[in-house]
Amino acid sequence: MTGSPGYTKFQLTGLVALRMLIGWHLFYEGLAKLTNPYWTSADYLSESKWWFSGLFIDLASSPTALAVVDFLNEWGLVLIGLGLTLGCFTRVAAIAGVVLLALYYIAAPPFVGYIYSMPAEGSYLVVNKVLIELVALLVVLAFPTERIIGLDRLIFWKRGAEESEEMLAFAEDVR
Amino acid sequence: MSDEGKKNSVEPGQIESGATQPEMAEREEGHGIGRRDVIKALASIPIFGVFFYSFFKKKFEDDFKRREILAELGVIEGAPAVIPEAISRPPGELIRVGIIGFGGEGESLIRSAGFAHPDWVENAREAAEEDPRNKWLQSYLDQDDLNIAITAACDVFDVRAERGIAASQVDVRPGGGRTFPAARRYLRYTDLLDSDDVDAVIIATPDHWHSRMTIDAAAAGKHVYCEKCMTRTEEETHAIYGAVRNSDVVFQLGHQNRQAESHMKAREIIAADILGLVTLVETTTNRNDPVGAWVYEIHEEGSPETIDWEQFQEPAPNKVPFSLERFFRWRCWFDYGTGLSGDLLSHEYDAINQILDLGIPKSAVASGGIYFFKDGRNVPDVFQAVFEYPERDLTLVYSATLANGKWRGKVFMGHDASMEVGSGLAIRAEPGSTRYEKKIEDGIIDTSLPMFTYRPGFRGIDAVTSATEEYFASRGLLYTYRGGKRVSAYHLHIKEWLDVIRHGGETSCNIERGFEEAMTCHMATRSYQLGRKVEWDPVARRIV
Repeated sequence: MTGSPGYTKFQLTGLVALRMLIGWHLFYEGLAKLTNPYWTSADYLSESKWWFSGLFIDLASSPTALAVVDFLNEWGLVLIGLGLTLGCFTRVAAIAGVVLLALYYIAAPPFVGYIYSMPAEGSYLVVNKVLIELVALLVVLAFPTERIIGLDRLIFWKRGAEESEEMLAFAEDVR
Repeated sequence: MSDEGKKNSVEPGQIESGATQPEMAEREEGHGIGRRDVIKALASIPIFGVFFYSFFKKKFEDDFKRREILAELGVIEGAPAVIPEAISRPPGELIRVGIIGFGGEGESLIRSAGFAHPDWVENAREAAEEDPRNKWLQSYLDQDDLNIAITAACDVFDVRAERGIAASQVDVRPGGGRTFPAARRYLRYTDLLDSDDVDAVIIATPDHWHSRMTIDAAAAGKHVYCEKCMTRTEEETHAIYGAVRNSDVVFQLGHQNRQAESHMKAREIIAADILGLVTLVETTTNRNDPVGAWVYEIHEEGSPETIDWEQFQEPAPNKVPFSLERFFRWRCWFDYGTGLSGDLLSHEYDAINQILDLGIPKSAVASGGIYFFKDGRNVPDVFQAVFEYPERDLTLVYSATLANGKWRGKVFMGHDASMEVGSGLAIRAEPGSTRYEKKIEDGIIDTSLPMFTYRPGFRGIDAVTSATEEYFASRGLLYTYRGGKRVSAYHLHIKEWLDVIRHGGETSCNIERGFEEAMTCHMATRSYQLGRKVEWDPVARRIV
């Protein structure tokens, strides 16, 4: 850090860009699934490995549970993506995004010895892009920018004073 | 956070919402939300402009290509337009069914007709508890009640006959069907056919019995569902054909692939002439496990005391002393069947015949050998057959091995496109296509991707267990879909037979299709055995 509790322009640009790009990605992932009548999470879930595989496979094998999972997935991605890009209820969106990405990760972690039939577009060992995106979202959460550039600037306007204290404390903490 | 941290904290103005000093001044003066605040709050809107521009541009282009391709092809991506309505018809009056042959296949058929053996129900229940993906029990319970009773059972092996009787009185029935009294056991099938308690029979014995039993059943006025291959020899094929044609019984040959939705869709694709002239069709069998090569388990209770061996081998050309291997693994010997020809080529051929209406080929050449399972069998475990249809400008190639499990689909190779059919289907345009040349040039059709795919069913997963089961599932032989719901193909095929018995009409795998199936398979077998090309004489209706 620079010693200043605020962000330099460079930092702010970087952080806002990170937030918006993750938002863009998740928003499009959601829209692409929503507009594809054949999309289902079943194939991904049924490939699940590791400790929680039983749970994910259970979800995939129940048509009702699968319908709920697919719905939550599609709309979850859309809303999280919107929230991050617009800077609107960003903390909620970021936390939800972390949870969703964590679910994706633990459903099919790229651990040694786990082989998936789904093709991966790169080579991964323990760390994959889901995990990186998840940590990047934690950074978005740790270094909030939505009240600088984002709708939260207006949404939380009135609560400005208390919130700012909180944010200050948060920024301090991170430092 | 430490106290020191708090002490060192900077003035609020610097960090709060990142607002700059003049903005803070504005707020403190009670000006409320300033213009700059609004601009900063809405800074991401242009990003959305870019997003939606890209999104709709992509969507428009994709949709345009899709529409162009579908308009060109003239088919829809949904389920086949014509599905024989096998589900909604009321079951009508009770039909009393006798089962002849209650081995693995017989048990599957009777289960698909609504009578699972109690042990199977128990196993399926446990399997579902262990692995929720397992849908055996659910699929069984979801079947329609066909309103039949299993009144008679005949098997030369006591254990199997008893299993048939147990299944006939099972109390876990699909569709709320009631429980029936135990089937009566018959030691000889002729006594079963003489019984007044039987309206129809399901014949699931080894192939060497099929024609004799069907002929006798037709003479007794009992409707017949007969397992494939329809016969073991050319002569038997003529005899069974004549007997069924000259009777009033409803005959269905057990090619449940006739019910596969993907095959009906493939037929639609051929009718719409999407592939151009199809000159080559390749269909295959690849299995790589002992059960897939008919090395079935020898039942521990099998013995000369429990098996009526002499009756078993009665119609076989060569009589041999009692043999457990021959009884339980009969597909490995030409005395009882025709190996790959009658077991798996018959399914593959019938599927192609269902899609293309090929009929009997002009000629056949087959070759192969016993290359892996050198266990005393005399049927080949690697087998290739080439059938010529000069009037259709088409060659059909069947290629099979029982010692390699590589997936190879049914591929229809046309001048304009190729179609691969499995439980779904995919069509790829040919780079050298005449019909699609313009669209390929314009970038509307990408030859590296399927231009049309059809994936039936259920948005979910199906569990299959053994390698053989997986093989059957991938070839549309285990289950199919109706209105998005997974249904056993066996169930639909039996249901179709019962519907025709009750309401009239034609079964999809009637005696004509059976005649074509049996003759085509026997041409391949004959060619393999003679080591030369054989031809079909359409006038004399003989293999020469």
